Amino acid sequence: MYPDDFYYSKDHEWAQVKDDTATVGITDFAQKQLGDVVYVELPKVGTTLEFHQSLGVVESVKAVSDIYSPLSGEVIAVNEELNGSPELINEDSHGKGWIIRLKIKDKSETEKLMSAAEYEKFLEGIED
Amino acid sequence: MKRTRLNAAHKKLGGKMIEFFGWEMPVEFTGIIEEHLAVRERAGLFDVSHMGEIVISGKQALDLVQYLTPNDAARLAPGKAQYSALTTPEGTFVDDLLVYCLDEEKYLLVVNAANSNKDYEWILSHQEGFDVKVENRSDDYTQLALQGPRALEILKPMTEIDLEEMKSFRFDWGKISGEEVLVSRTGYTGEDGFEIYTLSSQPEKIWEEVLERGTSYNLLPVGLGARDTLRLEAKLMLYGNDINETTTVLEAGLGWLVKFQKGDFLGRELLLKQKEKGITRKLVGFELVDKGIARPHHHVFVEGNEVSEVTSGTYSPYFKKAIGLTYLPLDFTEIGTEFEIEIRDKRKARVVPTPFYKRPEKS
Repeated sequence: MYPDDFYYSKDHEWAQVKDDTATVGITDFAQKQLGDVVYVELPKVGTTLEFHQSLGVVESVKAVSDIYSPLSGEVIAVNEELNGSPELINEDSHGKGWIIRLKIKDKSETEKLMSAAEYEKFLEGIED
Repeated sequence: MKRTRLNAAHKKLGGKMIEFFGWEMPVEFTGIIEEHLAVRERAGLFDVSHMGEIVISGKQALDLVQYLTPNDAARLAPGKAQYSALTTPEGTFVDDLLVYCLDEEKYLLVVNAANSNKDYEWILSHQEGFDVKVENRSDDYTQLALQGPRALEILKPMTEIDLEEMKSFRFDWGKISGEEVLVSRTGYTGEDGFEIYTLSSQPEKIWEEVLERGTSYNLLPVGLGARDTLRLEAKLMLYGNDINETTTVLEAGLGWLVKFQKGDFLGRELLLKQKEKGITRKLVGFELVDKGIARPHHHVFVEGNEVSEVTSGTYSPYFKKAIGLTYLPLDFTEIGTEFEIEIRDKRKARVVPTPFYKRPEKS
């Protein structure tokens, strides 16, 4: 369920790190909690994000949820497809439902994030 | 947390349960959008047993109902129901409700879950001098709603009650799945449909039979999430959001249910005065011109001045856009008027005709 090569935050974002860039999205757990995603507000390319800074929002029919940047860095790409098809977040939250791509500022911040195994354990704690 | 008699059935179906005013209720089963569209296009089944039921009986039952509500309950007869309100002396809402005339000396008031105790106390505090008995039966009733264009076809073979001949806001007694029920042609979705009330200890027999018979129609069980989006598209009021103890019946656009000529009732004087002087603000429907989704409590601005809050706001699954309701100063309520809503930043909205959704006439 949760890819082994991703990092995970307590706010249910994931980050897939390749060299000095990270692709960021929300986790399967988060999309299930939200329900049908109908709107995503994306940041502008070039925006500088601090660790845990709000980068945008995901809205379902019922709820609004901030997305927090799991790493600090500069936004180098956003998933424009989400503007027309926000449901990609429900359908493929760890793949086609990615939200932004970052140029990582400080790779050591990944130490503050969880591995897939740690995140799954973290979820067990929530779901009990 | 309180549970309806169908709680186990909801969990068995995988309903996502939430707390709603002290009740553990399903917010969705398969997804709000899918459930919403099922009701618009086919049929959906709701457990709305959290709703309150208060029975007023006795020689002066009608007199008390007439005193407490602005609609004319004297126009009712056994088998008829009407939409009305419990009004304060200020002409604002204690609650909105349905009044069922069970017989000339017995009325069933169906009230909001969040208000059932408040309403009961309110009625008790005004019953002095009336020869009546007031009972809060909220925990005894199970209430189901079967809504959608195929509702009649699904329910018809399940009962002897002549549902086809039943007009809107009429009801009758009979049996469904072997259980004694009261069935009315009413609902909170903007669609044709029925609400089923029962005191049965096994209401799941009805729930399960409707689900089973509905399978071939692709009926879905529906949670409170889609109930809210459906009612908003139809501009049906949500107490606590669109109407409350600070909004008058006239401001809410419900002047049609105020029958001044029927005689005295709580709030009559102030409502009459307000009618003569004219209201200064009105509940309007809007859609967003800019991107985003307006939500309750977002601040509303006209010409740069903050004037109110969004009372209801959501993404409309039927129209696939953001819609909502808010009170605006009367000068800004004309269709097409633009104003702003603070959704993180200020975004443009436009007053539109309501209801947003009106079901197509039967061909």
